[in-house]
Amino acid sequence: MELLSGGEMLIRALHDEGVELLFGYPGGAALHIYDAIFNQDKVAHILVRHEQAATHAADGYARATGKPGVVLVTSGPGATNAITGIATAFMDSIPMVVISGQVDSSLIGSDAFQETDMVGVSRPIVKHSFMVQTAEDIPMVVKKAFHIATTGRPGPVVIDVPKDVTDPARKFEYQYPSTVKMRSYSVPGKGHTGQIKKAVEILLSAKRPIIYAGGGVIQGNASALLTELARKLGYPVTNTLMGLGAFPAPDKQFLGMLGMHGTFEANNAMHFSDVVLGIGVRFDDRVTNAVAKFCPGAKILHVDIDPASISKTVAADVPIVGSVTSVLEEMLELVSQADAKVDRKSLDLWWQQIEGWRGKQCLKVMPADNDVIKPQQVVESVYRVTDGEAYVSSDVGQHQMFAAQYYHFNKPRRWINSGGLGTMGFGFPAAMGVQLAFPDAISVCITGEGSIQMCIQELATCLQYGLPVKIVCLNNESLGMVRQWQDMQYGGRYSSSTYSESLPDFVKLVEAYGHVGVRIEKLSELDQKMAEAFALKDRLVFIDVAVDPSEHVYPMAIKGGSMKDMYLSKTERT
Amino acid sequence: MRHIISILLENEPGALSRVVGLFSQRNYNIESLTVAPTEDHTLSRLTITTIGDDRKIEQITKHLNKLIDVVKLVDLTEGAHIERELMLLKVKATGAQRAEIKRTTDIFRGQIVDVTSTVYSIQLTGASDKLDSFLAAIGNAAVLEVARTGVTGISRGEKVLSL
Repeated sequence: MELLSGGEMLIRALHDEGVELLFGYPGGAALHIYDAIFNQDKVAHILVRHEQAATHAADGYARATGKPGVVLVTSGPGATNAITGIATAFMDSIPMVVISGQVDSSLIGSDAFQETDMVGVSRPIVKHSFMVQTAEDIPMVVKKAFHIATTGRPGPVVIDVPKDVTDPARKFEYQYPSTVKMRSYSVPGKGHTGQIKKAVEILLSAKRPIIYAGGGVIQGNASALLTELARKLGYPVTNTLMGLGAFPAPDKQFLGMLGMHGTFEANNAMHFSDVVLGIGVRFDDRVTNAVAKFCPGAKILHVDIDPASISKTVAADVPIVGSVTSVLEEMLELVSQADAKVDRKSLDLWWQQIEGWRGKQCLKVMPADNDVIKPQQVVESVYRVTDGEAYVSSDVGQHQMFAAQYYHFNKPRRWINSGGLGTMGFGFPAAMGVQLAFPDAISVCITGEGSIQMCIQELATCLQYGLPVKIVCLNNESLGMVRQWQDMQYGGRYSSSTYSESLPDFVKLVEAYGHVGVRIEKLSELDQKMAEAFALKDRLVFIDVAVDPSEHVYPMAIKGGSMKDMYLSKTERT
Repeated sequence: MRHIISILLENEPGALSRVVGLFSQRNYNIESLTVAPTEDHTLSRLTITTIGDDRKIEQITKHLNKLIDVVKLVDLTEGAHIERELMLLKVKATGAQRAEIKRTTDIFRGQIVDVTSTVYSIQLTGASDKLDSFLAAIGNAAVLEVARTGVTGISRGEKVLSL
């Protein structure tokens, strides 16, 4: 058997686990591990410029590929800088393994230089965490970490490694375990057949059904099954922010996103439905609005792999705990049986009603005068220029909602955004992770001038690794979503949401980093300049677009109301 | 409603903090908590009393079950069960009070386990409400110090919480 040091074991174990890319930043407590990386060529390391970006990049990589993202940081500030990214992954159930260096075992608890209790600090935002006690434990800890991170409801796992455990002078026998068994962790498999049968019966007898599908369908790689089931039934489908792409957006059966900034048709169809099939969703407060008024006439069928998600906010009439794939397979089988018939007459009436709502064209963009660009038009332009085939990451705010509403995702894993935690600064590093996973694909980050400045240092990383990410900045010279709320709820008092005089010249800034910058100010030149920018396939291009700063995101849920209660514009509400 | 949840927990570093952290993180209430190793040295048994409606208790048990270090758990209050708590207390015992406190202790089947000329130290075991009643009977004025273990429990009959 081979003799390896703890540091070497870690990297070898990552390789044996199938890891090709590691995002990280070195520092004292992690240096033995970094030396082990230097001495091999199987696992590539991407040096970011801030540990937060390492976690977001790994996260983007994971969302786009379905494989776990892996991060390596040092102790103390390296570990705490990673926290935001770990929390982001946790809220959106993204598989991730974060290895953090730790001070020597003998120094733990002594307030040593760059010491922080990483297991303690990260505890509420990880699926699980390990503190490695001895080098011999490393292979099994790594095996368990990946097993936990990638199975069931996925999530981030932290492995904290004291420096002495990775000592290059102390070698141990290495063998990577082929299996892992944990008495306290089991993965939910198939759903309860009786429950599935019951759900399908209710589903088939529905008069006003709707399928409400979320991130779980994407994480569970069940988009094809969902699409097949929905088409077989002919039922309307809505996706959550996290679920965009789970059902192809261009499809006639798709009603758009639901929730706080969901479409008029999706939110009304939810409210007036008699059966809601929720798949891989968690009835988040941004979807339901006031829970007491949620879907008053509907039976709720809820499929999720996490039992704790079921009946957490909205009580399920038929709860089904299981992997979405296996449940959808069983459902498909049942609805394919000869005697399985939907209530076609009621369904036709239901679709008529839905088409009425759809006729409202709630996302129709009213062009401005004077060649001013509306932010929605920028996303539409990106959609046209990329033929709807790009991987689109976003930050958080108005631009995120515009991207979700106007880029019509027809495939899963193309929409990369921080839905649960709402992390500004996520989009750009995530787009790097996507680009590294798919070097030939178009990786766009739709962002704002606020969010992009939270991780803008990664322009250097993109230069180092030649990542031709396209950054589309909807520049409204203010924190748009904050400003929108201040317009709507705080009498237009823009408390700390504007900074026009202090904005950088983004074109010069990206040029200083060795990239290409483009500024677009007129609607008449939007499409052409956008196309030119995207034509620079091998370069990172920062497309800074001046947009109408007064624009709001609509529809918008009216706080405290039901799902049908929405503002539709500055002057119109339901 | 008050619930008693008994948990078999991996005897790993940090496992207890995950359980306690879950309660504060999700705004659940811990009324009492006891923990000690079991006959199997790889497992600890932890007993938590908490208060909540059915929906909250369901969420608590689901989230506890999600913790990787939690091997198994049972809500003892779902069935017939035995609950016990141990209390040690010091009371002022002078003059006529001495005989009265002795009598009350006997009634509650407690024991005086240490004596000075002015103080009794008393040991009492039982369900929490019995201990509460004893304190009420003695009266606040006399009580100098109270140490309670918190509730532990076990289900009645043949049902066992084990691997």
